[in-house]
Amino acid sequence: MSNVTLSEAPPGVEGAGFFATTLDKAIGLARANSLWPLPFATSCCGIEFMATMGSTYDLARFGAERPSFSPRQADMLLVMGTIAKKMAPVLKQVYIQMAEPRWVIAVGACASSGGIFDTYSVLQGIDEIIPVDVYVPGCPPRPEAILDGVLRLQDIVKNESLNRRNTPEYKALLEKYGIATDNG
Amino acid sequence: MSKPITRISSNMPVYEDNDPQDELVTLNIGPTHPATHGVFQNVVQIDGERIVSGVSTIGYIHRAFEKIAEHRPFYQITPLTDRLNYCSSPINNMGWHMTVEKLLDIEIPKRVQYMRVIVMELARIADHIICNGILGVDTGAFSGFLYVMQEREFIYEIYEEICGARLTTNIGRIGGFERDFNEVAFEKIREFLKRFPPVLTEFQELFDRNRIFIERTSNVASVTAEEALDYSWSGPILRATGVDYDVRAHNPYCSYEEFDFDVPVGTNGDVYDRFMVRNEEMWQSMRIIEQALEKIEKEPKGIFHADVPDFYLPPKEQVYTNMEALIYHFKIVMGEWDAPKSEVYHAVEGANGELGFYLVHDGGRTPYRLHFRRPSFINYQMFAPMSSGMLISDAIINMSSLNVIAGELDA
Amino acid sequence: MDKLTNQQVLEKLQAQFADHIRNISEPKGLLTFETDKDVVIDILRLLKEDNTLQFIYLTDITAVHYPELAKPYAVVYHVHSLVFNVRVRIKVFLEKEQLNIPTATLLWQGANWMERETYDFFGIIFDGHPDLRRILNMDDLGVFPMRKEYPLEDPNRVDKKDFYFGR
Repeated sequence: MSNVTLSEAPPGVEGAGFFATTLDKAIGLARANSLWPLPFATSCCGIEFMATMGSTYDLARFGAERPSFSPRQADMLLVMGTIAKKMAPVLKQVYIQMAEPRWVIAVGACASSGGIFDTYSVLQGIDEIIPVDVYVPGCPPRPEAILDGVLRLQDIVKNESLNRRNTPEYKALLEKYGIATDNG
Repeated sequence: MSKPITRISSNMPVYEDNDPQDELVTLNIGPTHPATHGVFQNVVQIDGERIVSGVSTIGYIHRAFEKIAEHRPFYQITPLTDRLNYCSSPINNMGWHMTVEKLLDIEIPKRVQYMRVIVMELARIADHIICNGILGVDTGAFSGFLYVMQEREFIYEIYEEICGARLTTNIGRIGGFERDFNEVAFEKIREFLKRFPPVLTEFQELFDRNRIFIERTSNVASVTAEEALDYSWSGPILRATGVDYDVRAHNPYCSYEEFDFDVPVGTNGDVYDRFMVRNEEMWQSMRIIEQALEKIEKEPKGIFHADVPDFYLPPKEQVYTNMEALIYHFKIVMGEWDAPKSEVYHAVEGANGELGFYLVHDGGRTPYRLHFRRPSFINYQMFAPMSSGMLISDAIINMSSLNVIAGELDA
Repeated sequence: MDKLTNQQVLEKLQAQFADHIRNISEPKGLLTFETDKDVVIDILRLLKEDNTLQFIYLTDITAVHYPELAKPYAVVYHVHSLVFNVRVRIKVFLEKEQLNIPTATLLWQGANWMERETYDFFGIIFDGHPDLRRILNMDDLGVFPMRKEYPLEDPNRVDKKDFYFGR
């Protein structure tokens, strides 16, 4: 065996030959360590994401081995770079095409808030059109920061209740953005 | 079947809508697509695998650089230029500084010019690594990309040593650099000169006699010199057609005339030639860096900016203790410059072509008008016309070899 | 190859277009002059096709807006003689009501997008252009954003209240 680090087991009851925990925790653990990223790279931050995927930083260590370019098979949308108003409907469409559960990381200042481009043509943060789970600061963020953003998202995923996507709060959130919910 | 899409130029074929056997399919590629490295949309009509005609739509990350530039003092425009061609930001930074220095008639010390040359050539290598590496990925060879990306990370380390940032570097100031290169930076540059050649040789050997690569790229998207000039191409893709136009050699800036380097040219103007021209340019860049290091040795140490207190910020410690420094600092930060009313066009050889800055100044705090001549924008417009008759897979490779950077395309 | 000086270029042009070449200057050594929109294409053609000039390379087309002038829009051409290594800048001033100028796409295909960009930013109409549409901005933007009267920031923003910035 090589020195592979196993992820920590969630709290539970352990006995001879069995281990009991909640379904939420078990599924959360599985989801968190196999996030399939959809890199929505438009500009500079995309180049730093390339470095993050490259051999030096290696995002694959955290279970995000397979970048998915189809929104249907992705659960983590990484928005990297400026989103112009012309691009906004495209981004929203990509988000709608993703299946639940789906998470969004806004990488970099532009995706988070418009950054230095406070102009007529740039969307001032993607949270105007889709809900965002994690914001990564920086212009562009270093690869370490992007990795940290992914780790923070893993924390969210691990602790998310299976019921969350059916709650009225979540439906209200999506409704606020004008996005139809899948289940109801 | 489908209606013919809008013609983009007079040499595009027009397809009438009256043929019952017409089996043209309209296909939308982009604006977000894994095969296009960036935000490009092309609506193409295809007959089987073959593209019949196409229309490019751009502007998906239009950020209004030119409008912002009219509202920012000169030194605040440097971060904007970073985000034009973000694969080789330092060239953009230096190009902008030199434009302003040309406007202000500032004489730059030789040592600073050589330092700039080093930074610009490193940036050129970094940019060509991305382009050629991606071209390898698109033809199915991922490993070459991983080899050279390691070296690209090392170039980032050098940038960090010089200015603290990796990608959007904001290197330098108007008049020189914000600080001298430290010893570690010089050491790392020398180390880079030692460690990069074997990697580049290996990378080149993977491709240049590789049958699959040659068959995928040779005679694909050939462009004649006349066509290229007609479309105002510049940079490596123009040189691949056989035109030896390189701003560094043609209109030398930053003492490039003192350096001994070759301008590689191709013959066919196809994807293979573009790849080879870029590879050779990396070798030439190494030669230039080597010479620049030698020349710096001969210059007096410690000079890293021109003596222009009106335009170059004084050291911060002095601002707190010295009245004169405080006044200069205040004037520069508030944009109270004595810049002449004039207009300047300055061009540098960016990594993918002639990067020009057209600056109109009316004596105010901000440029009256600043226009960027962006090589990606001008090079990319031939993509759709030249794609007609091409296979889709060839068009994808063609796009990679044009090295169009979305940030620069849409400005 | 003989050198080509700005003076020689100017003499050549003045021989044919003497009445149309005004305000000649050389800021930073780059020959600059103003001309009229009726002859600008003829001048460009002469520059491009004359064997002793050979300005075969169209570097750039752009525009500048001077709201306080009687003719507020200047279309600026940069052409480059690759053979003799000389650049020339040509300006054509346009009136506010008459933003038409003939297209340069007859001479260079590359002028296509440059003119579209200029149209997109300033609303200059290039007569005879094969496809004069907006290029960078959205089709429904409705204004020409680089004109001086339009603000940089989005006027529809609601989240940027002065209150938050202590103003």
